[in-house]
Amino acid sequence: MQFLLVLVVLAAVVALVSAPLRARHADAPEPGDDDLPALEAAKEAKYREIRDAELDRRTGKLSEEDWRSLDAQLRAEAMEILRSIDAAETG
Amino acid sequence: MATLGRACLLLALAVSIYGIAASLYGARTGRREWVRSGRRAVYALAGVLTIAFGIVEAAFLRDDFAFDVVASHSSTTTPAFYKATAAWSSQEGSLLLWVWLLALWSSLILWAVRRRARQVQPYATAVLLGFAAFFAGLAFLLADPFATSSPAPAEGSGLNPLLRHPSMMIHPPMLYSGYTLFTVPFAFAVGALIVRRLDAEWIAVTRRFALAAWFALGVGILLGARWSYVELGWGGYWGWDPVENASLLPWLTGTAFLHSVMIQEKRGMLKVWNVSLVLATGILAILGTFLVRSGILDSIHAFGASTLGRPFLVLIAVLIGGSIALVISRRRDLRSEHRLDSLMSREAVFLLNNLVLVGLAFVVFWGTFFPLISEAVTGTRASVGPPWFDRYTVPLALVLVLLAGVGPVIAWRRATPRNLWRGFRLPLGALGAMLAAGLATGLGDRPTSLGMFCLAAFVLAAVAQEFGRGALARRAMTRETLPVALVSLVRRNRRRYGGYLVHAGMAVLFVGVAASSAFQANRDVRLAPGQSTRVGGYDVTYARATTGLEGEKVTLGAVLDVRRDGRRVATLRPDRGYYPSSDPSLGPVARYFDGQATSEVGLKAGLRRDLWMAVEPDVQALEPFVREADRRFRDAGADLQGFLIAAIAERYRTRPEPATFRIIVSPLVSWIWIGALIVIAGALVAIWPPPAASRRREASAYARRLARELGRA
Repeated sequence: MQFLLVLVVLAAVVALVSAPLRARHADAPEPGDDDLPALEAAKEAKYREIRDAELDRRTGKLSEEDWRSLDAQLRAEAMEILRSIDAAETG
Repeated sequence: MATLGRACLLLALAVSIYGIAASLYGARTGRREWVRSGRRAVYALAGVLTIAFGIVEAAFLRDDFAFDVVASHSSTTTPAFYKATAAWSSQEGSLLLWVWLLALWSSLILWAVRRRARQVQPYATAVLLGFAAFFAGLAFLLADPFATSSPAPAEGSGLNPLLRHPSMMIHPPMLYSGYTLFTVPFAFAVGALIVRRLDAEWIAVTRRFALAAWFALGVGILLGARWSYVELGWGGYWGWDPVENASLLPWLTGTAFLHSVMIQEKRGMLKVWNVSLVLATGILAILGTFLVRSGILDSIHAFGASTLGRPFLVLIAVLIGGSIALVISRRRDLRSEHRLDSLMSREAVFLLNNLVLVGLAFVVFWGTFFPLISEAVTGTRASVGPPWFDRYTVPLALVLVLLAGVGPVIAWRRATPRNLWRGFRLPLGALGAMLAAGLATGLGDRPTSLGMFCLAAFVLAAVAQEFGRGALARRAMTRETLPVALVSLVRRNRRRYGGYLVHAGMAVLFVGVAASSAFQANRDVRLAPGQSTRVGGYDVTYARATTGLEGEKVTLGAVLDVRRDGRRVATLRPDRGYYPSSDPSLGPVARYFDGQATSEVGLKAGLRRDLWMAVEPDVQALEPFVREADRRFRDAGADLQGFLIAAIAERYRTRPEPATFRIIVSPLVSWIWIGALIVIAGALVAIWPPPAASRRREASAYARRLARELGRA
């Protein structure tokens, strides 16, 4: 009985791990260097930074003047990332 | 079922090795089907280990003493609740628990991030499966939970009485969840280093899991402290024990990582530091497991010496050597993208906070391993005690609490003096008020405690101010009511405000530690019934002795009447439970009093102070009766044995000898647990996934973008 159960577990494991290899249409090889996920992560981090700066201004940690300068700088950096994303998507 | 369990372990080892090979092959050739197959090996691993662990649990619950692990760690008289937890009191069961939790968490996380960090993921999968192969190999070859004996013994040895506490149901799984979850950012960091993708992506993928690891390990440490306080009978919650310290080490470096990682996300700075921290945290998690399982250092939490030391040392050496080699070889890719703009910025505070946390970790590491270091250098094993730890950790903890208040108030990048004044005047006012109140009430002769109270007031005021200003700003923007604005603020900025709550909770916790350490009154005293003693302004009278027979243990205790200024404030009933020894050379009655014993403390907890009392009955006085009973009834059956024990216990109750009591009056201890609950709440706020609405907005934004781009094509 136990031997049968072992065989069932073994068969299930083999079926599970080999399923992608048995698929009819194997995936094409991955491109060597894909920058998009990293750029998307950088964009999200920059957006978060812009929102944080805005919250810092509203809670008084940043003066209006400091915030304007910082916000402009952050937005310029964000636009640079967006340009890189576009370039990666089209290139 | 032992055969099936052993087959599952072998299968776990095989599938781990296959998964490593498939993941690496897929990564090198870019063939995604092999990467997917490697990932599925992790799911399969979780499946077979779930079966294996289920078999062990079932054996404990069914009292199947054919399993050696059950016979040596449980018995028919062990309560069912503790039978379920007994699996991880053993070496074999706890290794199986470790690798099972690793497989479960790895499966969950790899499934959740299967479409992200595609280049890093196969290597991370291989590293996680490498850990799984190591632990499954140990369980299969050196600590087999499925070893059996035939014929099976009729009765087991029982569970270590010290482990019969409800928190033992959760404490080890939480600690191990913390350890195993910390291997996930470790694995992704190794993957990122191998493929040189050292930007913010691997951090964005693993950040939430690093926080979950920190949370689980923190809860595990807290439960361990609580167990120590109410179960070990020495009256403390933290004794700088090697195994306690081992769990604290990755928690400290993990805390540093959770702060410094924000600087990398925002500014692309501290890449070497962050990757080193996360690698160190992963290695310290393995080291923590090694300390518990190897018995290399004396600890009340380590369960005997074992043969596992050498394989663990080899693993740790490989991890350290490999990590250093990877970081050095990738040093050019780890260059910072920006420099620190100003020393008056949140980045600078985080950096200082990191230095303090790593300094604390170094002190704890040095003190913990000093016995081994001293033995290696001088040939004599010497250890350092709590006063040594306190000398270094107390000043560092004070700085840490100060920074916990400064961090939330100061702005990123650069703070101006005017903004600093605006942000700090309320917290500084709170600090000043606490200082004045402390000096007025005579706390000036305890500068460390007073300093901690003042800094805690500073942190609480800073955090309250941040919540208040944030809610007011949101109310001004949205016209919501203040409570709704507060909730919305937290929902939209979970990480920030969850973190602030954690800071507030830590400040409260440290107040409890400072007060209970500095102002505790305690006394060890021997009292006969009717006698009294005075401790911390309380008159404690030993009213009468108590006894009890519960299941397999006999308890001898006391009723203590506690009065203050003549008014009764509590009646406490500490006792000591004696569990029978399995040594057959002892007599049927003596074995009850020569086995293991545990304390049940009498505790009256309050917001202002805890009254904590433990009793050590004088069982030596019963020895003549025990010896006489053993001599006359050497071959007593179970019924007669029970009758004799009851008779001796009754004699103790009616004609009690003086007993030794440890009496502790400890102020504000409850605030340690309250502070810890606030920390837990804050961590949950920060971990919790974004609200469904924002996910829907994100999905609809993607949908709009997709439609736009398809339209363009």
